[in-house]
Amino acid sequence: MSSPGARRPLALLRALHGLAALIACVCLGVTLRTGLEDRRAALAFGLLVTVGELARWTGPQVREAAPLGAAGALSYALLGQDAGQPTAHGVAQVVSVVLAASLVGCVPHIARGRGPTPDHLARRVLTVACAAMCFQSLYGHGTFGHWSGPAYALLLITLLAVSELCDAVLAAALAHSRTGWPFGPLLRDELRALPGIGSAVCATGAVMALGVAVVGLWALPVFCLPLLLAQVSLRRYAAVRTTYRQTIASLARATEIAGYTPAGHARRVAALSRAVGRELGLSEPDLTVLEYAALMHDIGQLSLVDPVPAGATAGLPAAEQRRIALLGGAVVRRTGVAPSVALIVERQADPCPEQPLAARIVRAVNAYEEKVRDAGPGGALTALEELRLATAGDYAPEVVEALARVLWNQGAARERLG
Amino acid sequence: MEAVPGRARVYIACVVLGALLCLLPRPTTAYPPWWAVVLPAVLYAGGEWFARRRFPGSFHPVLLAAAFLLPPCAAALVVLPGALVAPVEQRPAGLRRIWRTAQLVLAVWAAARTHTALDGGTAVGTPDFPYALVPAAAAVLAFCLVLTVLDGGILALAEHVPVRSAWRGLFPRTLAPLAVHGLAGLMMAVLWRSPYGPPAALLVLLPMCVSWWAFAQYHRERGAHQATIRALVQAVDIKDRYTRGHSERVGQASMMIARELGMDDERVEVLRFAGILHDVGKLGVPTRLLRKDGPLTPEERRVIELHPEYGHEMVRGISFLGEARAAVLHHHERLDGSGYPYGLAGGQIPESARVVAVADAFDAMTSTRSYRRGRPVAAALEELERCAGAQFDPVMVAALGRAVVRCGWHPVVTADGAPSRPRGPADRSDPSVAGRTGAHR
Repeated sequence: MSSPGARRPLALLRALHGLAALIACVCLGVTLRTGLEDRRAALAFGLLVTVGELARWTGPQVREAAPLGAAGALSYALLGQDAGQPTAHGVAQVVSVVLAASLVGCVPHIARGRGPTPDHLARRVLTVACAAMCFQSLYGHGTFGHWSGPAYALLLITLLAVSELCDAVLAAALAHSRTGWPFGPLLRDELRALPGIGSAVCATGAVMALGVAVVGLWALPVFCLPLLLAQVSLRRYAAVRTTYRQTIASLARATEIAGYTPAGHARRVAALSRAVGRELGLSEPDLTVLEYAALMHDIGQLSLVDPVPAGATAGLPAAEQRRIALLGGAVVRRTGVAPSVALIVERQADPCPEQPLAARIVRAVNAYEEKVRDAGPGGALTALEELRLATAGDYAPEVVEALARVLWNQGAARERLG
Repeated sequence: MEAVPGRARVYIACVVLGALLCLLPRPTTAYPPWWAVVLPAVLYAGGEWFARRRFPGSFHPVLLAAAFLLPPCAAALVVLPGALVAPVEQRPAGLRRIWRTAQLVLAVWAAARTHTALDGGTAVGTPDFPYALVPAAAAVLAFCLVLTVLDGGILALAEHVPVRSAWRGLFPRTLAPLAVHGLAGLMMAVLWRSPYGPPAALLVLLPMCVSWWAFAQYHRERGAHQATIRALVQAVDIKDRYTRGHSERVGQASMMIARELGMDDERVEVLRFAGILHDVGKLGVPTRLLRKDGPLTPEERRVIELHPEYGHEMVRGISFLGEARAAVLHHHERLDGSGYPYGLAGGQIPESARVVAVADAFDAMTSTRSYRRGRPVAAALEELERCAGAQFDPVMVAALGRAVVRCGWHPVVTADGAPSRPRGPADRSDPSVAGRTGAHR
C-alpha cells in the first residue's frame, strides 16, 4: 500500500497561498507608493471585475466560477492602448486593482455565509500577475513596437492561452492539495474544460483588450454581453444536470423503498465507486457514468417477485447474478441515461477479464459494501481480505488495491480531523 | 408545408423576386474589394454548415457584421452560399432552402440600408462611440422586422395558422436574441475595420459558440431527465401492470385541470409531473400484493395504503418537483377528512393533491381493467360530480368537466417519447380502447 502523502499536498497549498499573498503585498505596496495611473481605466476595469465577482456562482461541476471577472482581469492585464493612446499602468497596478475589485465583489458572498475563498483569490492573483508580467514588462520596454495589426491580436491570444493554461495547472494543484486526489486526472479534467468556458474567457479577454484599444472604455459594457450569455447558458445547463442527478438518485432508491436492499446502499456504493474510479485515474465524464451505474446497479431486483434476502446479490450463484444484472440493464436502457451506463449495469456480474473497468469497480465495491455492512468493528479488514483472496476470479486485483488505498486515505483523513 | 398551397407559392415567388432585386448592384455605390465580401460569406457558410448539426443557433452575428461593414447589395450577397448549403430537415427541402435564403437576403439588405442611411459606416470605421450604437440598433430592428413580417406571412399562407395569430408574439420573441447578436456583430465590424483586422473579429464568435453549445447540452440533458422521470414510473409498471399508461393519463388530466384553472406554465408542468408520479410509491408495496386477484383483506389494504408515504419518501430528494411532492403524499385524502394517510380535510389538503385526486379517479373510471370495462366519459364526470364536496374538490371537478367538454378526452400514451398533447382527429380514440393497454395480463 503506498503512503497517502498527507503532508506534502498541504505544504503545496500553503506555498501557493503564500506566493499569492507575497505578490499581492508587494504590488499593493508599490501601487500605494507610486499612486494610480489612468484612473478612469482603473475604475472601469475594477468595476467590471467587481460585477463579475458579484455574479459569481459556485456549485458542483463549475470550472470557472466568475468568467466575467476572469475575462475583465485578464484584459486589464493585457491592455496596451486606450482609444489609441498607450497606457501607463504597470504590473503592480494591475494586480492591485484586480485584487481590490475581487475583494469588494466577495463581500456579499461572505455575508451570505458562503465563506471567503482563498483558493479562488490566489488563483486570480497568480494568473493575472503571470499575464501582466509577460505582457506589461515586455510592452513597457517597447518590445512590441513593431508588432502591429493582426500579429498583435495573435500575440494577445497566445499570452491569454498561456495564462489560462497556468490557471488550469493552479486549479488542479489546489484541488489536489485540498482533496488528496491524484494530480494527473485532475489536471486532465481542467484541461478538458478549457475549450468550453476557458476559451470563451480567453476570447472575451482579448476582444475587450483590443476593443478598448480601438474605441476606448465604451467597449467594456458592449463586449461583455456574449460572455454573460455564455455564462447564463452554462448555468442553466449545470442546473438541469443537478436535477437530473437527483432524479437518478431517487430512481436508485426505488429498490430501498421496495425493501429489496438496505437503506443507503446505492448511495454508499456510488460514493465509494467514484472515489475508487478517481484513484484509478478516470476522467470526470467517466466518473459520472460510473456514479450513475453504481447508483442503479441493483435496479434489476425490482423485476423479482420475491426479494433476495437483504439484497445481498454478491452471495448468489453467478448465473442468478447475471440474470438480475441483465434485467437491470433493461430497466436502465429505458431511462434515457447514456447507453454506457446500461452497459455497465448489464456487465457487472460477468467474469472479471471480460468486464469494462467501471463494471469491475461497481462489482468489487458492491461486494465490499455487502460484506462490511453487518460485520461490526474490524469488518472492513476482513472484507478486504476476502476480496483479495477472490481476486483470482471474481474481482480485479487493481480495483481491490485501489479500494484499499481509498479506504486507507479515508481512515487517515478521519483520524486527522478528529 | 407537405403540400404547399398555390398562394404560398406565389408569395414565395414574390419574396424571391424581391431578393433578386436587392442583389443587383447599383451603379452609384462604390464596391468593396472582392475579399471583403468573400471572407464573411465563407465564414457564414462554414459556420452554418458546421453549426447547424450541433447547435440550435444560427450565425446571425456574421450577417449583421456584414450589414454594418458593406453596402446593401454586397451585404446581401454574403447570405447566399451559407443559406444555400445549410442543411434542411423538413420536406420539401429545396423550397424551404430557397425561401430561407430569400428571406435572409431581404432582411440583411434592409439592415444594411438602414445602417447606411444613418451614416453607420463612418461611425464603425472611425470608430465613433457611443453614436455607433444608434445605427446598429436601427439596423437590428429593421432585420428583425423584415424577418418577422415575412415569417408571419408564410405561417398564414402555408401552415394554415389563422391570420390574426400568425404574427402574435413573433416580434418580441425574435428581438431579444437578435439584440445580443447585433452587439456581437457590431464588435466584429469594429474590430474588422480596426488595424487588428479579421482575426480579432473572429474572436467575438467564440463566446457565442460556447453559449450555443451549452444551450444544446441543456436540451439534451433535459430530454434525458424527462426520460428518467418516466423511467421512475416504468419501474412501477414492472411491479403493477395496471399502472401502464395510467400514470401518464393522470398527468395529462392534471395538466388539463391546471390549465383550465389558469395556472402559469411552470405550475402546469409541475402538476403534470405530480400526476405522472402519483403512484410511484407502489414500488414499496410487495409485488405479490399488487398482482393479487380477488378481494384484499383489511391487513393487505393497510399495506397498500402506505404507498403515498413511500412515494413521498422517494421523490423527496428531487428539488424541482416542488408542490408535486405534496401531491404524491396527499392524493388519497378526501375533502370530508376520511382519506389517508393523514385524514386531512377541506383546505388542509394541498391544492396540487386535490387536482391529482380528481384526475386519478377520472382515469380509473374511464379506463378498462381486467375485472371491469371502462365507463363512458360522461358517466365518469357525473359520478365525479356526485362525489364532489365529500370526496373531491368541486372546483377541480368543474374544471375537469369544462376542459373535457372543450378539448375532449383523447389521451395519448407514449411508452418512450415525450407525452404529446393530442393534435388532431387521427389521435382520437375511445377511452376504453386507450385503457386496454393496462389490461392484458
